Amino acid sequence: MNFTYIILIPLIPFVVFLLLGIYNKKIKPAVSGYIGVTGLSTSTLLSFYTAYQYFFVHGKVNGVYQTLVHKTTWMNFTDTLAIDMGVLVDPISIMMLIVVSIISLMVHIYSRGYMKGDEGYTRFFAFLSLFSFSMFGLVLAANLFQIYIFWELVGVSSYLLIGYYYTKNSAVAAAKKAFIVTRFADLGFLIGILMVGYYTGTFDFETLNNPEGSAILNWASTSFMGLSVITWALILIFIGGAGKSAMFPLHIWLPDAMEGPTPVSALIHAATMVVAGVYLVARLFPMYYFVEDGFALNIVAYVGAFSSLFAAIIAITQTDIKRVLAFSTMSQLGYMMLALGVSGYDGHEGVGYMASMFHLFTHAMFKALLFLGAGSVIHAVHSNYLKDMGGLRKYMPITNATFLIAALAISGVFPLSGFWSKDEILVAAFEHNKLIYGVGVFVAGLTAFYMFRLYFGIFWGKNTQYKHAPHESPLSMTFPLIVLALITVFSGFIPFSEFISADKIGFETHINYPVALLSSFVAVSGIVLATIFYKKENDLSDKFAKAFGPLYKWARDKFYFDEIYMFVTKKILFNSVAENIAKFDKKIVDGTMEGIGNKTVVVSEKIKRMQSGKVQDYAFAFIAGVVIIALVFIYMLGN
Amino acid sequence: MNFSNFLLMRHEILLLAITLLLLVGEIFIHKNKKGSLVHLAIFLFGIHTAVGFLQIEESSLFGGMFRTNNMIHFFKNVLNIGVFILLLQSAEWLQEKIVNQDRGTEFFILLFSSLLGMYFMISSGDFLMFYIGLELSTLPVAALAAFETSKRISSESGIKLILSAALASGVSLFGISMLYATSGSIYFNEIVEVISASNLTVLGFFLFFAGLAFKISLVPFHFWTADVYEGAPISVASYLSVISKGAAVFILMILMFTIFKPLMHVWENMVYVVAIATMFIGNLFALRQQNMKRFLAFSSIAQAGFILLGLITGTQLGVATIVYFVLIYIFSNLAAFGVVQAISLKTGKENMDDYNGLYRTNPNLSLVMMLALFSLAGIPPVAGFFGKFFLFTAAASKGYYLLVFLAVVNVTISLYYYLLVIRAMFIRKNENPIPFFKNKLYMRLGLLITVVGILVLGLYSPLYDYIYELSSFLN
Repeated sequence: MNFTYIILIPLIPFVVFLLLGIYNKKIKPAVSGYIGVTGLSTSTLLSFYTAYQYFFVHGKVNGVYQTLVHKTTWMNFTDTLAIDMGVLVDPISIMMLIVVSIISLMVHIYSRGYMKGDEGYTRFFAFLSLFSFSMFGLVLAANLFQIYIFWELVGVSSYLLIGYYYTKNSAVAAAKKAFIVTRFADLGFLIGILMVGYYTGTFDFETLNNPEGSAILNWASTSFMGLSVITWALILIFIGGAGKSAMFPLHIWLPDAMEGPTPVSALIHAATMVVAGVYLVARLFPMYYFVEDGFALNIVAYVGAFSSLFAAIIAITQTDIKRVLAFSTMSQLGYMMLALGVSGYDGHEGVGYMASMFHLFTHAMFKALLFLGAGSVIHAVHSNYLKDMGGLRKYMPITNATFLIAALAISGVFPLSGFWSKDEILVAAFEHNKLIYGVGVFVAGLTAFYMFRLYFGIFWGKNTQYKHAPHESPLSMTFPLIVLALITVFSGFIPFSEFISADKIGFETHINYPVALLSSFVAVSGIVLATIFYKKENDLSDKFAKAFGPLYKWARDKFYFDEIYMFVTKKILFNSVAENIAKFDKKIVDGTMEGIGNKTVVVSEKIKRMQSGKVQDYAFAFIAGVVIIALVFIYMLGN
Repeated sequence: MNFSNFLLMRHEILLLAITLLLLVGEIFIHKNKKGSLVHLAIFLFGIHTAVGFLQIEESSLFGGMFRTNNMIHFFKNVLNIGVFILLLQSAEWLQEKIVNQDRGTEFFILLFSSLLGMYFMISSGDFLMFYIGLELSTLPVAALAAFETSKRISSESGIKLILSAALASGVSLFGISMLYATSGSIYFNEIVEVISASNLTVLGFFLFFAGLAFKISLVPFHFWTADVYEGAPISVASYLSVISKGAAVFILMILMFTIFKPLMHVWENMVYVVAIATMFIGNLFALRQQNMKRFLAFSSIAQAGFILLGLITGTQLGVATIVYFVLIYIFSNLAAFGVVQAISLKTGKENMDDYNGLYRTNPNLSLVMMLALFSLAGIPPVAGFFGKFFLFTAAASKGYYLLVFLAVVNVTISLYYYLLVIRAMFIRKNENPIPFFKNKLYMRLGLLITVVGILVLGLYSPLYDYIYELSSFLN
C-alpha cells in the first residue's frame, strides 16, 4: 500500500496558510473562517481514511504493524551521510494524525465563534493553519533532521499564536518567554541529533529504532564520562522534549503562555505541541529502551513523575482558571512521560508505552474540552479569575455538562476515557516501579481534588451577581464541546493495545482490579473532599490555606521558579553582563561618536578626541591580541 | 605567449573593461540624464555576473602567481552576485545623492577596483599577489567609507578604516616576511612542502592570520567594525560586512586548508578560542544596540564566529559548509541591509525605535526584514537554518561538542535580539511610524532576489551537493 498521499494532510493547511497570509486584506473575515475549516476538514477526513487503511486493511503483515517509509534522498551531506525527506507511517504517527486533526478542526470551528469581530481574524486563521501544518509535519517526519525542522516551525507558529494579542504586553512577553525557553531546551535536542548522526551515521528513525540494528547494538562502543555517547545523546534529545512538554524545570513558559487566546491554549497547550516531547520519546522508544539498559529512560520516568507531582500541587492553589488547566496539563504530561519511563518492550511488558499513547489520546480530547469550556466561560463573564465566577451552571447548561464530563474523565472516574488510560499507566508503574506508582496514585487524588475545586468554583459555589447575565455560547462554540464530550465518554472503550504497542504486535489488556479500585477510591475521595470544600460557599478552604500557611503560599507562587529564572537572566545575564558591556560600548567605543552631527559646538572637540586616540586604542587591542595569541600558542608548542 | 591563457583572467579583464567603459560612458551621458550612469553600471555588471557562470579551465598563469579552478571560480561568482544585489539596492541612493555631484564614476571605480583586488586575492598563487590583492581590496573601501563628504561621521569612518587597515596589512606583511624567512619562498606550492611548526613560522602565521582576521572582524581584531559601519554610507557598510568579509573568508580558508594544513595542530586551538570569543563578544554587544547599523555590525561579528566552526575542521565537509553558509549569509545580510538602506534613504531614520509599528505602514519591508533576521537567527525553514545546522554538524563530526554547545547558546542569545527588531516592527505601537512609501524598481528587485535566496537556497539541495563536490579540490 502506498501512503504517499498523506503528504496532502500537512500540505492542505499550508496552502490555506499561504492563501490567507497573502490575501490577508482582501478576504472577508467570514470567508477566511470557512476556508480554514474546509481545509482542515479535508485533512481530518484524509487522516481518518489513512487510519482505516492502515489499521484495518494494509498495515498489519503477519500480525505485526509495519513501519512504512516513503522518502527520497534530499541531500548527500557527506560521502557517508545522506539526509532524506519523507513521511513515516506507523501506529503512533497515525494516532497523532487523528489527535491533531480532530483537535485542530474543533478549535477552528470554535474560533469562528470565539474570535468573531476580532481585529485580525484572518491573520488568526492563517496562523492556525500554519501551526496545523507544522504539527502534521512533525508527526509524519521520517528522520531526526526533519522532525527538528518542524519542531522549530511549531515553536515559531506557537510564538505567533501566543503573541496574537500583540496589543497586550503580557501576551507579547509570554510569547517571547515560551519561544526562548523552548529554544534553550532545543539546544540539547540539536546537539543530541548531531551526536546521533555522527555516531550512527544516520538520522532515519527506521534504522535507528531497529532493535537488531547497529545503532542500538553498538551503543557500548563509545563512552563519555562513564556513559555511552548514545545515552548522552538520548538525554540531550529528552531535554528538547522536556522543553516542549513543559517538564520540570523547563516548565516556566507554559502558565504564562495562557495569555494567548483560549482556543490557542486548547490547541497548543493541551493537545498538540506540548505532547510533542512525549511523542519524541515514544518515536525513539526502542533506542531509549535498549541503549545502556534504559538509563536515559529512567531519567524520563523520574522527571515525568516529579513534574507530575510538582504541577499538581501548584494547580491546587491557582485562581486563574486557565492557569489551573495549564498546571494540570503539565501534570498529565508528566504522567505520560513516567508511563514511557517505566515501560518494557515485548508484549504486555510494553504496557507503559501503550498506556502513555492511550493517555496522550484521551487527555488531548478532554483537556481540549476543558480549555474550550473555560474559553466559553471566559467569553461569558469576561474574566479569567475564579473570584468573578460562581453559579454559572444555571446560565450555561451545555458548558456545564461538558465541563463536568471532562472533569470526571481527567479525575479517572469509571467509565470515562480518562479512567482507562490512567489505569493502564498505573498498572505499568505498579509492575515496574513502586515508588513511581505511589506518586502516580497520589497525583490522581490531587488531580480529582483540584479539578473539582475548579468545577465547583466556576459552576457552583457562591452566587455571584453579574452585571450582564451570562448566557450560553453560540452553536459554533458549543458544537465542538459536545463532539469532544462524546469522544471523552466513548474513547475509553477503544482497544488501544491491539493497535499500539512498543513491539507493534499488539496484545490484550485486562483490568488489574486492585490497582483500578485503589485509584478509583483515591479519585472519588478527591472529588468528595472538593465537594465539601467548594460546592457551597464556606470558609473551610481559607482555613486550610491558613493552616498550611507558608506551604500554601509557596505552592501558590509556583515554588518561586519564575523568580529564580528571572534572577538568573535579568540580574546576572542582563544587568551584570550585558549592561556593563553596553556601558563599555556606550562610553568607550561609542563615546566619540555621540553628539556628532547635532551638537556642532561639541563636534570639534570630539573630533580632536577621536584624532588623539581612539584608533590607537583599537590598534593597541589589535597588536596586543596578536602578541598574546602568538605567545600563548608558541609557548604551548614549546611544551 | 599564448593569449588564450588570458581567458583564465576573464573575470578580472571583464571587470576592468566595465570600469573603463563607465569612465568613457560618463562623458557621453547628457547632463540632464546623469542618473542613467547607474542604469549603465547595473546593466554592465549584470552581464559580467551572467558571463561569469561560463565554465573556465583549471590552470595557472605567470609562473603560478595567479591560479584558478572551479572552486575559485565559484567564489568569484558568489561575490559577483553579492555586488550585483548591492548595486540594485544602492541604485536609488546613487542616483539621488551621488551622481548629481558628478561622483558616480568615482564610486564605481572605487567599488570595482576593490572587487578586482578580491579576485586577485582569491586567485593568488603566491604571497605577493595575495598582498597586492589584499591592499587593492581594502584601500578603495576606505575612500568609499568617507564618501559622504558632507557628513563628518563618514569621514571619521574612512579615517578609522584606513588606519586600522594599514595596521592590519602591515602586521600581515610582517608575518609573510617571517614565513619567507623560514621557507625561502613566497609561492604557496613551494611553501607547503617545507613548512614546519618552528617558532618563527608559527609567529609568522599568527601575524598573517591577524591581517585577514581583521577583514573578517574576528575578536580581538574587530574594534573598527561598529564605528566604521555606523559612519559609512549603508551601501559601503553592507559591502564591508558581506562582500569583503566573504572574500576574506574564502582566501583564509584556502590558505589554512592548503599551505598551513601542516600547522593545523597549532591553529585549531587558536581557532577554537577565537571562535568562542567572537561569538560571545559579537552577541553580547549586539544585545543593547539601538542604531541598526551598529546592531548589524555586531551581529555580523557574531556570524563570523560561527564560520570558524567550519574552519576548525580542516576537512572537505568544513569547506563545503563554510561556503554554503557564506553564500546564505550574503543573501540574508544583504536583505537586512537593503531594508535599512531603503528606510534610511526615504526617512533618514536608522534607530530601532524608529522601526516601531513598521508592519502597519510598510508590511512588505517588514516581512523582508523578518525573513532576513529569521535567516540570520537560523530558524527553519529559511536558508540560515541549514547554513548553521550544517556548520554545527561539521564541527560535531570532529568531536567539538563543547564548541557546538557554546555556538548553540549563542544562537539562542542572537535569537533574542533579532526578536527585538521583529517585536519593534510587528508589535510595538508608534504614534508617528515611518509613513508608507514605495520603493523604486531596482530596490524592489534587489530585495526580491535576496528573499528568493533566503527561501530557496536552504531547500534546494543540489546547490549544496554541487558545493560539496567542488570542495574536494583541497584533498
